[in-house]
Amino acid sequence: MSNVDPGDTLWDGMRAAFPVAAPTLALGVSFGLVAKPVMGTVAPIAMSILIFSGSAQFAALSVLQGGGAAAAAVGAGLLMNVRWLPMSFALAPSLQGSTQRRTLESQAIVDASFVIASRPDGRFEPRPLVGATLLQASAWTAGTVIGTLGSGFIGNPDQFGLDAVFPAFYLSLLVASLRQRRDRNAFVAVALAAFIAASLLPFAPPGLPITASSVAALVGLRNS
Amino acid sequence: MTAVWITIAALFVGTIALKATGPIALRRRHPPRRAVAVIALVAPTVLTSLVLYQTLSAHPTGVTMDARIVGLVVAALAIAARAPMIVVILLAALATAAVRALA
Repeated sequence: MSNVDPGDTLWDGMRAAFPVAAPTLALGVSFGLVAKPVMGTVAPIAMSILIFSGSAQFAALSVLQGGGAAAAAVGAGLLMNVRWLPMSFALAPSLQGSTQRRTLESQAIVDASFVIASRPDGRFEPRPLVGATLLQASAWTAGTVIGTLGSGFIGNPDQFGLDAVFPAFYLSLLVASLRQRRDRNAFVAVALAAFIAASLLPFAPPGLPITASSVAALVGLRNS
Repeated sequence: MTAVWITIAALFVGTIALKATGPIALRRRHPPRRAVAVIALVAPTVLTSLVLYQTLSAHPTGVTMDARIVGLVVAALAIAARAPMIVVILLAALATAAVRALA
């Protein structure tokens, strides 16, 4: 079984994202649970539909929870999502059609989908990108609805180890992509990215380590 | 409550802008070969930091060592044994849940 799905349809993207659907739902539940006392019932659900970014929503929520101003909450959330800027530039050459269409398709960028849609030659498949995001955004929003409406009779989803699914999922995709490539630059870039992320994680604001580590991709300028 | 809706509106617009910058800035130009070589490495570098971030991150910032590390080690062993992804993920979740139940 290949971990990086080679298909090019919406359905291929959904199938590739299937392993993270349940944990994304669970994460949505915990977001809804934590957000309700701070934001009420409607706002967390609207936020999940409009932004579908767990990391940014949690970051903004923790600022609001501590009594922080809207500007600080927005700053924390956007800092988290800055990592999608380099991904947006990487994806752009693979999008076809009018500016509106390419702009719309770029909105499907989220971590897992970006990786699912990436091919070893540097190209991206737009339809699996959109399919993978549709599945995750639905699971995320459904989880948020359950969390905000059902708070009180749900336990902590972390006890089922669902939060450990994300690193396991990303590690699977990483190893699969390295097994496909086998070029020295890829290994150097990965080692450098690990070093950058590990050195920034302890003190940098969330989101920054992931953005900064993408600088390691510049290793591609070397001849392999 | 106003702060909540301002936050949602600004994050909504800001996130759209971040994702759309690439396609709008590059238009339909084809990137040179060296740029493609760099682009091809963005996904592995992002994956690498995501593995670290998802395993070690504490809320709201900083790092913490908890049961997720055990889950990641179990996942790595399963991947090395060429287990299918769904098995890798289930084993990681089970190992993490087991450590939490025992703690």
